[in-house]
Amino acid sequence: MKLRVLYFARLRERFGVAEETLEFAGATAADLVAALQARGGVWAEELAAGRAFRVAVNQDIVGFDAALPDHAEVAIFPPVTGG
Amino acid sequence: MKILVQTEAFDLGAEVDAMSKGRTDIGAIASFVGLARDMNDGSGVAAMTLEHYPGMTEKALAALVDEARARWTLLDVSVIHRVGRLLPGDPIVLVAVAGQHRGEAFAACEFIMDYLKTQAPFWKKEETPEGERWVEARASDDAAAARWVER
Repeated sequence: MKLRVLYFARLRERFGVAEETLEFAGATAADLVAALQARGGVWAEELAAGRAFRVAVNQDIVGFDAALPDHAEVAIFPPVTGG
Repeated sequence: MKILVQTEAFDLGAEVDAMSKGRTDIGAIASFVGLARDMNDGSGVAAMTLEHYPGMTEKALAALVDEARARWTLLDVSVIHRVGRLLPGDPIVLVAVAGQHRGEAFAACEFIMDYLKTQAPFWKKEETPEGERWVEARASDDAAAARWVER
């Protein structure tokens, strides 16, 4: 499936990318995170188990077991700090 | 109901006036304004920049206002959150809630702020003498939001 993946705040800066389109063979948010971790370097570091980050699918925060629909807009970002 | 994400400043008095203008059923308006401080975690802060997730931000704010309206009988709600570069003393966020009585207005105003702090996709980056740094989420904000989980 095809996914549009967005990164925000510290993760956008560390990855050096705000947005990318991915061809993805997995099924869930956890599968996507694993595929990104496999890139190594800052990806492995920032998305390591125990690091705090959130995943949103089509603009709703989801659990890592959430299924990713084809053409989903997925966002990965640090815990929010507004207000 | 008003939900705005904007770079411009806002005026609390004008927002409260607009809320009550022409109405005689409102008995209470509770409001909260969050301001940028000049100090955080032991460092001076010369300025901060707020980033957000356009699209999701408005949706998340609308969802938390809907949740407040499901819990309390509210007559009107305004939420305004600024983005971009802000200086110490600048207003960041406004929440105003109108109800028939103070109880629901106070409670809903605090609920909306507590949920906004943990649910709405905004991030702050501070300019300090040691350089720029992203603000880390606080466990105390999660604890504040958790108080509202229905038992």
